[in-house]
Amino acid sequence: MSLRKPAKDQPESFEFNASSLEAANNIVEKYPKGKQQSAVMALLYIAQRQNNNWIPLAAMKYIAKFLDMPYIKVYEVATFYTMYNLSPVGKYFVQVCTTTPCMIRGANKLVEACKEKISENECELSSDKSCSWMEVECLGACVTAPMMQINDDYYEDLDKEKTSEILDKILNGETPKPGSYRGRINNEPENNRKTLTDLKNA
Amino acid sequence: MLKLKVNDIDVEVEEGLTVLQACEKAGFEIPRFCYHEKLSIAGNCRMCLVEMEKSPKPIASCAMPAAEGMNIKTNTSLVDKARKGVMEFLLANHPLDCPVCDQGGECDLQDQSMFYGVDKSRFKENKRAVPEKNMGPLIKTQMTRCIHCTRCVRFATEVAGVPELGAIGRGEDMQITTYLEQSMQSELSANVVDLCPVGALTSKPYVFEARPWELKKTETIDVMDAIGSNIRVDTYDWEVKRVLPIINEDINEEWISDKTRYACDGLLHQRLDTPYIKYNGKFEKASWQEVYKIIKSKLENTSKEKVCGFVGDLTNMETSYIFKEFFDRTVETDNYESRSDNRYVNISKRENYLFNSSINGIEDADLIILLGANPRYEATILNARIRKSYLNNSTRIVSLNDCGDLTYPYESLDGQTKTIKEIIDDTHKLSKEIESAKKPMIIIGESLLRLENAQYLFDNLKDFLNKKNKFSEDWNPLNVLSCDAATVGNFDLGVLNNKTNLIEDLKSNKFEIVFLIGQDNLNFVKKNEFVIYQGSHGDKGAECADIILPGSAYTEQDGFYTNLEGKIQKAFKASYPPGDAKEDWKIINELAEFMNNRKLFNDKEELDSSMLNYLKLQSEKQTEQNNNNSNSDFNNENLEIEIKDYYFSNVVAKSSKTMIECNNAKMNLKSTGTEG
Repeated sequence: MSLRKPAKDQPESFEFNASSLEAANNIVEKYPKGKQQSAVMALLYIAQRQNNNWIPLAAMKYIAKFLDMPYIKVYEVATFYTMYNLSPVGKYFVQVCTTTPCMIRGANKLVEACKEKISENECELSSDKSCSWMEVECLGACVTAPMMQINDDYYEDLDKEKTSEILDKILNGETPKPGSYRGRINNEPENNRKTLTDLKNA
Repeated sequence: MLKLKVNDIDVEVEEGLTVLQACEKAGFEIPRFCYHEKLSIAGNCRMCLVEMEKSPKPIASCAMPAAEGMNIKTNTSLVDKARKGVMEFLLANHPLDCPVCDQGGECDLQDQSMFYGVDKSRFKENKRAVPEKNMGPLIKTQMTRCIHCTRCVRFATEVAGVPELGAIGRGEDMQITTYLEQSMQSELSANVVDLCPVGALTSKPYVFEARPWELKKTETIDVMDAIGSNIRVDTYDWEVKRVLPIINEDINEEWISDKTRYACDGLLHQRLDTPYIKYNGKFEKASWQEVYKIIKSKLENTSKEKVCGFVGDLTNMETSYIFKEFFDRTVETDNYESRSDNRYVNISKRENYLFNSSINGIEDADLIILLGANPRYEATILNARIRKSYLNNSTRIVSLNDCGDLTYPYESLDGQTKTIKEIIDDTHKLSKEIESAKKPMIIIGESLLRLENAQYLFDNLKDFLNKKNKFSEDWNPLNVLSCDAATVGNFDLGVLNNKTNLIEDLKSNKFEIVFLIGQDNLNFVKKNEFVIYQGSHGDKGAECADIILPGSAYTEQDGFYTNLEGKIQKAFKASYPPGDAKEDWKIINELAEFMNNRKLFNDKEELDSSMLNYLKLQSEKQTEQNNNNSNSDFNNENLEIEIKDYYFSNVVAKSSKTMIECNNAKMNLKSTGTEG
């Protein structure tokens, strides 16, 4: 991991839209008066969601003003945490887990599919600028490995073909169905349950 | 009081102190990088690890509050091993460039690695490299050397009040930066150079100039403003290489302003090094005997009413005193003046021109009212104190004018003097606040004293405070913020003339001989006057002079200065005057001897004791003389704060290249409009 630098091309201005503003105000209200700075992480995340999964410098300035704190403090937080993207990652942000359990179950095939469909390198936008991918550490879905995350949704039990299909869909602007691609419900075992069989909705 | 043991020595410390402070009290020095007395505690360098009984791990003593019954060990093998480990990590990414590093010789990391450093490196990986940052014309960065103690970040945020520095990234990729890659918008910025324990932030104007052990160090007093900051002047031969702060808790704590620190290169340029005489509009070099002869004949052939003398803003008290004596005894006139404008002052009582609440008192104040003062530019160190007071006690601060960013929030009023009158007349809401405040402070700037109604406002304000019983044994709410180092000293010595308005007379060309001592701020159009200029730098005063007597700057002669609080401090000679230039008092003494065959004083000691005696007598016969016309008519005036250009406020700063660069950096910033 190297220092993630803010993108060179930055939008001139940023403002919360109505829904973001409401969400932001809800968060700020949770903190005592005068301690509104504590909301900075949540607000950065709201800004990231609103702005196609990345935070421009203008948004940091906006949040600094919003929370009445020095801009450098917001900048510090945004550069510290890896889940804040400081340069455009496209409307669909694909994160492929390559930590050990996924790796053993063939995560490198998923990476191959990403390289073929999206872009040659990690963190590089696809030709239509709608999508990018990166390898990430464990996303906590080892039981359904290998898997990847696209925006907020998990796509699990994948292989190279299925990944390619999913990526084709998102590149066409569709939203594929999230969850297991081997027909599993949530995290249940492969061939039906082995325990707690007497419970219906375990 | 808490009782604890450090290496089996019993110590008692106050509650709220840390283990590190307790160890220091017991006489054990703890190595540290991030901890600093004047800054908040970060606890991130881990160098101060000590062993505590019942703790399985060593503790960071700077961040651990001292508690009753603690048993601390600072010299065990565990502590030694822990510190060695910390040092090895710090050195893992630190470049081995001490031979080309300006911090070499006064580097905390270098010193401490002598004790805790391991002689070999086990770190086989590549060292980290960090790009340099642009922090303006004063601070040179070499961020690869940074050990992330964050002292600079904390200083900028807490003391300077400009939260522009920060640590971005994390882990190995952490970097200290200003977000805009520009100079810090603070007049205290260069203090981060002193704070930096390694060579990451070093002084740009001083780059590769000298090693600390080559320099002669002289502890003296600063004259860039009226604060009288305590400084150490480092000289290499004649040249003043740098100026550093020394600790004086009552005045500058541990900081000095950028002007104090970096105007010193002005001492090398534009210097007057030999006497000059003007012939047909051109200056020609002359000998001392020649110029004395001309001055003597001029003075003898002119009636004494037509002679006047003006003392400048950097002149030390000895010079002012002997100049006054010279006029009183040799020329036999009292046409001398130390002010450069028609500023109101009533010198019958010292408290009328002092900063009476004292600089330390700012921290106790509960209401601060600025009238016609912009402390950020007029007295930077004092402004830092006001900020400290604001941070510690949330002191309420009101300013008559909108002064822009003062590094703390304040309420600004309309800038009209009728508002002051309302306060005096008890009709303004501030009157009530002043009445209910325990320790209010009224800070009066020179801009207010220059107004036509200054006398009315000053006297009535004083009466108002008197009526409200705000003067007590230990508190005097009335403060005058002087801007120049010589102001208070000159008032103490009575170097001013309230009988006639000498400046108006000068401007209407009533004098035949004008004697200027380091006075460059008189904007008068010269006609037929014969102007004698004595000073250190070739500036406005020397330009219009007919005779130039080369004097010494503040680092080149011993001399007393009284700061704005009325504290008398001695500045010591660090260097010697260039060429044929002489110490200022000596020139006057020789001139007096040349004219009357008798010296005014036999030597410096006689002058000093005579002057101190005079000051003592003056302070004994303090009686308030109230001027009767204080009930004169009041007219509303628009009070505008005139501040001299911060980086060019005196001749030394004007001759300094560094100050020009600072000014340019500030101008560039303004023109690009990226400051907000």
